[in-house]
Amino acid sequence: MLKIENLQASIDDKSILKGLGLEVKSGEVHAIMGPNGAGKSTLANIIAGKDDYEVTAGSIELNGQDISELSPEERAHEGIFLSFQYPVEIPGVSVTNFIKTAINQTRKAKGLEDMPAKDMLKMIREKSELLEIDRKFLSRSLNEGFSGGEKKRNEIFQMAMLEPKLAILDETDSGLDIDALRIVASGVNKLKSKDNAVIVITHYQRLLDYIVPDFVHVLHDGKIVKSGDASLALELEAKGYDWIKQELV
Amino acid sequence: MDSVSVATTFKKTLGEKGIIFMPISEAIQEHPELVRKYLGTVVPTTDNFYAALNSAVFSDGSFCYIPKGVKCPMELSTYFRINEGGTGQFERTLVVADAGSYVSYLEGCTAPSRDENQLHAAVVELIAMDDAEIKYSTVQNWYPGNKEGKGGVYNFVTKRGLCEKNAKISWTQVETGSAVTWKYPSCVLKGDNSVGEFYSIAVTNNYQQADTGTKMIHLGNNTKSTIISKGISAGQSQNSYRGLVQVSSRAENARNFSQCDSLLMGNACGAHTFPYLEVKNKSAQIEHEATTSKIGEDQLFYCNQRGIDTEKAIALIVNGFSKEVLNKLPMEFAVEAQKLLEISLEGSVG
Repeated sequence: MLKIENLQASIDDKSILKGLGLEVKSGEVHAIMGPNGAGKSTLANIIAGKDDYEVTAGSIELNGQDISELSPEERAHEGIFLSFQYPVEIPGVSVTNFIKTAINQTRKAKGLEDMPAKDMLKMIREKSELLEIDRKFLSRSLNEGFSGGEKKRNEIFQMAMLEPKLAILDETDSGLDIDALRIVASGVNKLKSKDNAVIVITHYQRLLDYIVPDFVHVLHDGKIVKSGDASLALELEAKGYDWIKQELV
Repeated sequence: MDSVSVATTFKKTLGEKGIIFMPISEAIQEHPELVRKYLGTVVPTTDNFYAALNSAVFSDGSFCYIPKGVKCPMELSTYFRINEGGTGQFERTLVVADAGSYVSYLEGCTAPSRDENQLHAAVVELIAMDDAEIKYSTVQNWYPGNKEGKGGVYNFVTKRGLCEKNAKISWTQVETGSAVTWKYPSCVLKGDNSVGEFYSIAVTNNYQQADTGTKMIHLGNNTKSTIISKGISAGQSQNSYRGLVQVSSRAENARNFSQCDSLLMGNACGAHTFPYLEVKNKSAQIEHEATTSKIGEDQLFYCNQRGIDTEKAIALIVNGFSKEVLNKLPMEFAVEAQKLLEISLEGSVG
């Protein structure tokens, strides 16, 4: 599904990704771990199409198609979803209104009519139950005054509504207590299928107890330096990131 | 001079209720005593230069009289269209709601694009007698000038309402046009327990300048005023809110709530707030809140990532920002105003 080769990228003339390679197939869950500043969020934002970054070399392909020329909304229409680390507030726009707009804009891009109101309501009800989100919540302004846990649950609610092919979860576990973590992870697990894929970006092993990865990659100094299965995450937790740095020396 | 009012009403239904609604030129012929009684009582000829100009040369406008106890069964609307280039538009509107009556009045303004400037110096006087209520809504889309700031209408309007006992006047406006706007729909809260409200969205783009707001003059006892002003600036425009809340020394127990929010799009535009408070009575309760925000790139990227393109994202955000005021407009007007907001901000992304 996703194929990244030799990706090099910088921001403000500072080189962040220095030749990153990654391949994610349908049905797989990949975890990307690494210390602060390694480039994890940069990678997530570049796949999503944020134009602050300059891609200087390499390629990103989604289902065999080069997406480097596509705008962020076009990439979203192709099925890419990014759960933000710090979801932004949009005052005056309710959660419901926002997700309705997002769904209908994507349908419009595919030449479809707006989703009928009845179906939309049914879907909203189903997915909000999945994430144990109270109905009253849906009429609040997007992310305004939300706690950390509420913001992340709302991100996964949007993921459930948009049904992406490739979901990138950028530090979804940061700021979450155990209960919120459990609900979010359970939501993600229910959405997993053989037709989609998930990239989980995290510092900590904890989330990976709930969302069990098929592959774990360590990102260090702009490159993926080590890959393994779920047990690699446990090893990292025991030995720390310094162990990786020493291994490379 | 050129005022062409195109009245859209149902004359028969109104006639049955004794409601008078006609061009002011006709009213002067058919109901001279009524017009003479009220014209110029709220905005005298000496009020300001543009009011004086208007008083001397006004060509048309609307006259509306609602008899005692009558609730006008439909929204009354007129549309003003400036047709000639290089002209001044001087309409004069007078709405009188007699004791216990109610009327909702809509004013929509458009002008085709022109290279030269045109002047719109209108005067609107509202009189709400005891226990009466007047709702006055305006959607203004005069030609704002082109992208380089050439041409456009100069919109200098004097609008004022007088409230007697227990009366209420609400001004709701959506201003998206004009090259330069000076406009302060105001309420004189003369009667005890009277209420004045001002709800406004003012949009400026390219090189437009808007200086708009309201004056709430508290004279009677237990009077209340509410001001909600939303300013949206884009391009190289300047958007200012200028409001006065005045409580006279004999006005006991006056209450005011003001909220002025500015939304900036881009780095070259300006938003300014000039609240004036002249409170001469210790029992008054005045509250003022103001916020300034900018449509951030992060917000736009968040929307983009969810499949919403930037133009649509801006429309979504602006709509959320303006909702409180849009909700005060009669439904059909609100829909039109929403579309107008989107159109007036087209091409403002940079």
